[in-house]
Amino acid sequence: MVGLMDAIFLQILNGLDKGSAYALIALGLTLIFGTLGVVNFAHGALFMLGAFCAVTLNGILSLSYTTIDPSRTDFLGKPLKVQTPYVEAWFGPEIGATIIQWSVPLSILFAIPIMVAVGLIMERGLIKHFYKRPHADQILVTFGLAIVLQEIIKYFFGANPIPTPAPPAFAGSFDFGAWLGFAPGSIIYPYWRLVYFAFAIGIIGVVFAFLRYTTFGMVVRAGMADRETVGFLGINIDRRFTIMFAIAAVVAGLAGVMYAPINSPNYHMGMDFLVLSFVVVVVGGMGSLAGAVLAGFLLGILESFASMAQVVALLPGINQIIIYLVAIIVLLTRPRGLMGRKGVMED
Amino acid sequence: MEILKVEGVNKSFGGLKALNEVNLSIEEGNVHAIIGPNGAGKSTLLNCFVGKLTPDTGSVTFMGKNLIGIKPHEINQAGVSRVFQTPEIFSDLSILDNVIIPTLASNDGSFSFNAWNGVQKRGEILDKAESILEDIGLAEKKDVLAASLSRGDKRRLELAMCLVQDPKLVLLDEPTAGMSRADTNNTIDLLKRIGERGITKIVIEHDMHVVFSLANKVSVLAQGTVIAEGKPEDIKGDPRVQEAYLGGAHI
Amino acid sequence: MLGLNKKDTSLFLIVVGMTMFAPFILNPFPETSQLAQFNAGYPDLMQRFVIFGIFAIGFNLLFGLTGYLSFGHAAFLGVGSYAGVWMMKLLTMDVIPAIFMSMVVAGLFSILVGYVSLRRSGIYFSILTLAFAQMSFSLAYSVLTPITNGETGLQLALDDPRILGVSQVDGSIPPASIFGIAMRDSWDLTLGGWSFTFNAGYYLCAVIMILAFYVSVRIFRSPFGLMLKAVKSNQQRMNYTGLNSKPYTFAAFVISGMYAGLAGGLMVAMDPLAGAERMQWTASGEVVLMTILGGAGTLFGPVLGAGFIKYFENIFSKINDNILYQWFSGLPESVADALVFVIHPFIGKGWHLTLGIVFMLVVIFLPGGIMEGLRRISAFVKKRFSSSPSSNGAVPSAKAAE
Repeated sequence: MVGLMDAIFLQILNGLDKGSAYALIALGLTLIFGTLGVVNFAHGALFMLGAFCAVTLNGILSLSYTTIDPSRTDFLGKPLKVQTPYVEAWFGPEIGATIIQWSVPLSILFAIPIMVAVGLIMERGLIKHFYKRPHADQILVTFGLAIVLQEIIKYFFGANPIPTPAPPAFAGSFDFGAWLGFAPGSIIYPYWRLVYFAFAIGIIGVVFAFLRYTTFGMVVRAGMADRETVGFLGINIDRRFTIMFAIAAVVAGLAGVMYAPINSPNYHMGMDFLVLSFVVVVVGGMGSLAGAVLAGFLLGILESFASMAQVVALLPGINQIIIYLVAIIVLLTRPRGLMGRKGVMED
Repeated sequence: MEILKVEGVNKSFGGLKALNEVNLSIEEGNVHAIIGPNGAGKSTLLNCFVGKLTPDTGSVTFMGKNLIGIKPHEINQAGVSRVFQTPEIFSDLSILDNVIIPTLASNDGSFSFNAWNGVQKRGEILDKAESILEDIGLAEKKDVLAASLSRGDKRRLELAMCLVQDPKLVLLDEPTAGMSRADTNNTIDLLKRIGERGITKIVIEHDMHVVFSLANKVSVLAQGTVIAEGKPEDIKGDPRVQEAYLGGAHI
Repeated sequence: MLGLNKKDTSLFLIVVGMTMFAPFILNPFPETSQLAQFNAGYPDLMQRFVIFGIFAIGFNLLFGLTGYLSFGHAAFLGVGSYAGVWMMKLLTMDVIPAIFMSMVVAGLFSILVGYVSLRRSGIYFSILTLAFAQMSFSLAYSVLTPITNGETGLQLALDDPRILGVSQVDGSIPPASIFGIAMRDSWDLTLGGWSFTFNAGYYLCAVIMILAFYVSVRIFRSPFGLMLKAVKSNQQRMNYTGLNSKPYTFAAFVISGMYAGLAGGLMVAMDPLAGAERMQWTASGEVVLMTILGGAGTLFGPVLGAGFIKYFENIFSKINDNILYQWFSGLPESVADALVFVIHPFIGKGWHLTLGIVFMLVVIFLPGGIMEGLRRISAFVKKRFSSSPSSNGAVPSAKAAE
């Protein structure tokens, strides 16, 4: 018998991993919006690119050469062809196998330079020219870019989701039920999702600490509050904002890398997350970093509560629309969102 | 006759008291200047007249009609037009359209669903719009986009947009700010010509030259309070005004 | 003529001519020619051209005039489709009640969505419309299954009542028709190597699109239309000019929602089924693409944009490597290989990639869309070939923008 307390606890846990992804994407969106004043509809695509960094590295590490093992035969009686990944040949079978299994965490190292490059190219090559254009134009051009990026990925990786496993060390589930004194097995939670949550908290912590305690971060925050004044001080705020764009791209990319084992990456995952992340940003309050993170987790958890059998029985379909419903209510009652500042995007 | 009456208006922003018990009475047909040092609350006061801000306490009555808590478009429909400090025009429409819109507004009311017959069919509207453009000297440019006008022309256009509505009261927020001396004189001439129409005007101004060539009554605002009121000549010599305004120096 | 000025009249006549003679215009290549695959003059595609044309004209009345960017307009099209199919299930296979009801229901739904969404502007408005559309989409898949038939989509059935018509004829569902003329009726004309198809359904859609276009011209030139442009240009000035911008925007929203419903109703009239995927936000994005690509705020741009995208979707996507090799058959093999290799990602299934790139280029370099491009070309040609260079080009004229 699953009691009420453990059911609630389970839903909170379930909401955390999606909430983490929302929070990370929304954080990047808000950074870009707050610094550059650009509404970036391609941000979901950056998340998707991150996930495909994991797919790519997994593929590269699994590259194999074929040898023929005469001592064994296949079912037709011919000598067996054996696929040996290069890494296993180079590092020995055990270390090699471990490297392949750990490809997703390793992809973090792989993804950072790629996402930095993508971010810099995007900002310098495209976004820069749209600072002074209307928000509608920014939405449209980044929307176009998102289509292009997802079609490129579709061209190379196909339309089907590509399973990308987490390291076997995290394969099992953690029994929260037993740990917290509920019935054993009542709340089980995959380890990788815990890792994802911890990872998200870590990234958010690093970004906040960076903005709070470094000179660079202080200038950026000052620039977010009042761009012109900071410009008068002779500080080259534009270059810092470019770097912030790259950081936002990295945050979205890493969110994608680590999300790959949770949901097999496909080319349209970016768009799926983007729409929800925008809702998250608006609920949190356009331009508020803390609001974005808070709203990300809140909506993730709320969504998972709404999918509880008891809730769905009471309000059919509520799980499908809860986030949008909350967004509509928040926008109408608190136009600036939960933690939004005055004057942001109010034309 | 009194056209606008302001009684005991207070307005605070956070801890800052922008307006403190302001009382004003504007006579019909007057050109009433409101002057005062920066931060005296002049623009705040104007914003309270047009529905942009709501005073904390006090009343603003226009021809017997209460203006507090009423939407900007209703205040305009009652007969109050406003010229802004930075010209507010329809930049991506033609100059003629810029004038047609206010003409339609005063003719058809704040909303009317005339979605079928073309603007060109409204002869009386077009005539009126074109004649006001003649008056202010923008008739030749009527098909040009408003965005391409010079700053001075934009101001004149905005003035035309107000005048074409035949308002009873026009509020002018620093109509010559940022203008050259020549442009300023042109604008003064223009405003004087409008004066002949007998429209009441409230002018906020820094430039004393403008104030004394136009106004026949002056109120001095300092730190949110009216400290002096009277004819321009009297105000000029008022020691309180010189004290507040220039720290004792002569105007 | 018809209450339009000279310039609008000629534009209107061009639209009438193009839609009426579309079966000829869209089939320029003889059947046997290699280029016949670029012919778009078959009924199914021609119907889509004009139906999406209507959708884009309506969207443009909102976005092009007021600047309010709705990311949820497909919801109205979807709702209209469902209403249309229900009319065919309950009343009759005559398409008039279906089309009428599509507009009414979409109009009512847009009153609800508009009332709420228009309390905010800018990006907040976009997000609100997006949220409403996604909600409708999700609900159509889940709770509203009794009305929408969920994932399968709403279809006609043999045992539908059709109280004003008949449930079935000889064991099959009667065809959608108007005054007894079936929508699928076609008449073929063969002239030499060319073959042209005149389809009843297409001509119904075409006539309705011409009407829809005419109404939009009237709105553009009316005081109401001018006020909508004022909303886009400067809402603050508008309010201080004694105009209440809210009812204007709201009316534009509802009119534009009804246009979307009309398009949905016509889709059903041509092919009596409705599915939730029509309401997805990507479908809303498509009409945004069409309008921008053609030229937002212009009269004819949206129709061009709709035609452009639908042509790409149906014709461009059919080009494959073999066809490319045929084209390049005159070239040395290695050159042909290289060309095909380069072009390959952009054709066939990759047409979305091409579309995305074209769209980006338009937003970056040609914010006025195809119409702006045509205007620039004609200005360039005039300048090049006129003997006396006039000074007209130096002054940005408001008229030129339309």
